[in-house]
Amino acid sequence: MFKIFKYSFYDLMRSRWNYVYLLFYLALGLVLLFVSTSLSKAILTLMNIIILLVPLIGTVFGIMYYYSSKEFTELLLALPLKRSSIFLGQYFGVAISLSLSLVIGLGIPFVIYGIFQSADIWHFGQLLILGTFLSFIFSGISYNIALHNENRIKGFGFAILAWLFMAVIYDGIFMIALVMLHEYPLEKFSLIFSIFNPIDLSRIMMLLKLDISAMLGYTGALFKMFFGNYLGSTIAMLILALWTITPVFILKWRSAKKDF
Amino acid sequence: MIEIKRLYKNFGKLEVLKGIDLVIEGKGVYAILGPNGSGKTTLMKCILGMVLPTSGEILLRDESIKKNWKYRQDIDYLPQIANFPGNLTVKELIRMIKDLRRKPDLDETPLINRLKLEPYLSKKLGNLSGGTKQKVNLTLTFLFDSPYIFLDEPTTGLDPAALIILKEMIEEEKSKGKIIVLTSHIMSFVEEISDDIIFLLEGNVYFRGTAEFLKEKTQKPDFIHAIANLLTEQNV
Amino acid sequence: MKNLLIKVGLFIIALCLSTAISAKTIEVCKNCEINTVKKAVELAERGDVIIVKKGLYQEIEIFVDKPLIIIGEPGAILDGQMLSEIIVIRSDSVTLDGLEFHNVGTSNLRDYAAVRVRGSRYFTIKNLIIRQPFFGIYLEKSSYGKVYNNQIYGNAVSEFYAGNGIHLWYAHYIEIFNNTIYQVRDGIYLEFSNNCTIGNNVSKNNVRYGLHFMFSNNDIVRNDRYENNGAGIAIMFSKDMEASDNYFMDNWGSAVYGMLLKEVYDAKIINNVFLRNTAGIFVEGCSRILYEYNDFESNGWAIYSRGANYENNFTNNNFISNSFDIAYTGPLNKNVFNGNYWSDYNGYDLDKDDIGDIPYKPVKLFSNLVNRSPEAIILLRSIFVDLVEFAEKVSPTITPNILQDETPRMRMITHDRN
Repeated sequence: MFKIFKYSFYDLMRSRWNYVYLLFYLALGLVLLFVSTSLSKAILTLMNIIILLVPLIGTVFGIMYYYSSKEFTELLLALPLKRSSIFLGQYFGVAISLSLSLVIGLGIPFVIYGIFQSADIWHFGQLLILGTFLSFIFSGISYNIALHNENRIKGFGFAILAWLFMAVIYDGIFMIALVMLHEYPLEKFSLIFSIFNPIDLSRIMMLLKLDISAMLGYTGALFKMFFGNYLGSTIAMLILALWTITPVFILKWRSAKKDF
Repeated sequence: MIEIKRLYKNFGKLEVLKGIDLVIEGKGVYAILGPNGSGKTTLMKCILGMVLPTSGEILLRDESIKKNWKYRQDIDYLPQIANFPGNLTVKELIRMIKDLRRKPDLDETPLINRLKLEPYLSKKLGNLSGGTKQKVNLTLTFLFDSPYIFLDEPTTGLDPAALIILKEMIEEEKSKGKIIVLTSHIMSFVEEISDDIIFLLEGNVYFRGTAEFLKEKTQKPDFIHAIANLLTEQNV
Repeated sequence: MKNLLIKVGLFIIALCLSTAISAKTIEVCKNCEINTVKKAVELAERGDVIIVKKGLYQEIEIFVDKPLIIIGEPGAILDGQMLSEIIVIRSDSVTLDGLEFHNVGTSNLRDYAAVRVRGSRYFTIKNLIIRQPFFGIYLEKSSYGKVYNNQIYGNAVSEFYAGNGIHLWYAHYIEIFNNTIYQVRDGIYLEFSNNCTIGNNVSKNNVRYGLHFMFSNNDIVRNDRYENNGAGIAIMFSKDMEASDNYFMDNWGSAVYGMLLKEVYDAKIINNVFLRNTAGIFVEGCSRILYEYNDFESNGWAIYSRGANYENNFTNNNFISNSFDIAYTGPLNKNVFNGNYWSDYNGYDLDKDDIGDIPYKPVKLFSNLVNRSPEAIILLRSIFVDLVEFAEKVSPTITPNILQDETPRMRMITHDRN
């Protein structure tokens, strides 16, 4: 697996798109730090961009890499290699190169700015960790979708739909549910609802760390209590880990059963 | 020796292989022929483990290939359409495949020279023509000197000069005592090169024998007509 | 007639004599004959001046029962040793100047203060420094006094074990100026206290409110600065109030506001600046309040209107980059929001009169949803909400219609501020 990972990783690291992605984050970080009055504000804006963009780019890269390397994958399948190691190797290649672009792209401007001397280092660190989780989760989901769909257009469509669902539609449904059920006490419901969407979970974990959490007011109290204690944040991290591992296992399992 | 027992394969409702029994034994060039959709590639991929049979058994040297991947160390495979990662150069690709097959010390230069690939060695694969890609594909197939060679449409995109080299190479491998299985649509090529013809029709082995035997059986003077006759006969 | 002249003459002499007596100055120092303030107060007669020299005086419960001027020289410290109150004024016309107070006693039962004024008039309390107060300056049933240039530094952590900086209870016509108050419960607290004027104070880091009015009327606050309090100014159950030219900054946190108004009638909130507060103004059950020439910038909510507010007028204010300009519950109730500048407004002005041609709706869909189901705030900053807000910008018809500014300004209003 490691060999395949190595080659996929090198291949991606040399791809133009990966550089575009890296440069985008680099530019974003620099501009944000230049424009924002405080680090905390820059991190908040960054969070908004990350929860939108990281899942989208993860999805698109995952699906594109699978389809573009499909024939090559078939070549590999005829070699004396274990199937699962081919797919897992490729998947980790995508996920890790994406995460590295994110971490390096944003890391450089913030390090230059002096994040290590700032109290916001933990918030920034958490943001990068969450971004990495989201990269893994969404490239994993899209890799599975690609594996499931021979038709590229269909696969691409489903992957974008999956992203759209998690990023937007889920919250829309959530909001409609909140409005329709507004006579009932809903804190627990909203806690549970938002925990099961990795994008929402990442956003809330980040919000609670930043100044803006004050706006969550009464409702935020339960969230703060939950995420504030050791158990809660462990659970949150576990759920993110579960979101990361599940696609990997499904990938392993489905790739073993697939004809090429 | 390759032994195939009652091999069935369905893709959803579509039955592609309907209980194939086949034994390939002893050195030689075996051509799998058949109309489009008769299951040639599927059969080959079943042997390679890329397609998983619905039922039946495949044995390579008396060992089942099911849930096994190490047997592929003995197989060289030339896939039908070679599409390599566009960012790699030819040289890097060869080094990589050698690395993946754990034979990093093999020397590809004789093959490269023979196929006249030197000028392309540091070119990116994405920029190569179809024919050149096929030559790279051939290099990767013949480099490893495995006892079994599977060639799926090896002639695709090759110019006449390269075709001659291909034939020579197949002859050489045969003389080393290898089993070479191929499919092709170029009948003259098949007639010239193959020792045994396996004709698939509707998921079964419809005919098995040498080209001579086929001509005799169909009473046709040349190979193409003999094959065509097999098809029309079936239609009747 | 002659008799009368003699009487007048005698009176004048007596007056002169008494003035001569009152001009007496008593010095207190550690090595003097009079080495405690208490002793000096006991010895002093009406109108005497007591000068407290530099030194640490461990004294409590000094009762000032006659008009005196007590002046502390720099470094004159009265230490209450955490036992009780330090000075209690029970006479009219007392002046306290320049003393420093340390370690006022704390108690669950009694509100100990560094300086208490009880039932007195015409007092002046100035230039004091109070450290570790329980209560700082406590005025009860007193009036016509001045409290200025004092500094009060508390170390309050929770509102249950802390007192207020300057505390007024049934105290009227008091002037409170130029005081600096840090980290007590309420910086300045007024209960049943009318016609007071408060100005140029700085009230910071208090665990509850910077300035707190309860059941007080006709009071004025001007040019004060409120930073990082539970609420800058809280006005409750009061009427005919005025707050103008004040700064409310960084009052940020859960249930933290620049101004908190509850059951306030006929007040004026004019020319204030609200910067980076969770809510600039939180208002509930208030009527006939005029909000004019204020700046609301970078607040979570500029105005959080919680219902039962009638006939309030918001006009000529600037609303700049707030997460929500207005959160609003209930029917419109004759509240008016015309003629403000809204940085989120993107209408047009074809007739070039600097007033937008289409109304602005400051209550956004999401803000409204949050009002109906408070849990929805958890979707803050989500992509879905961003999309809804974008949709509202493109097509304002989505925004609920309840509240609008008929004459939104195209340009920011420049307020007259010094």
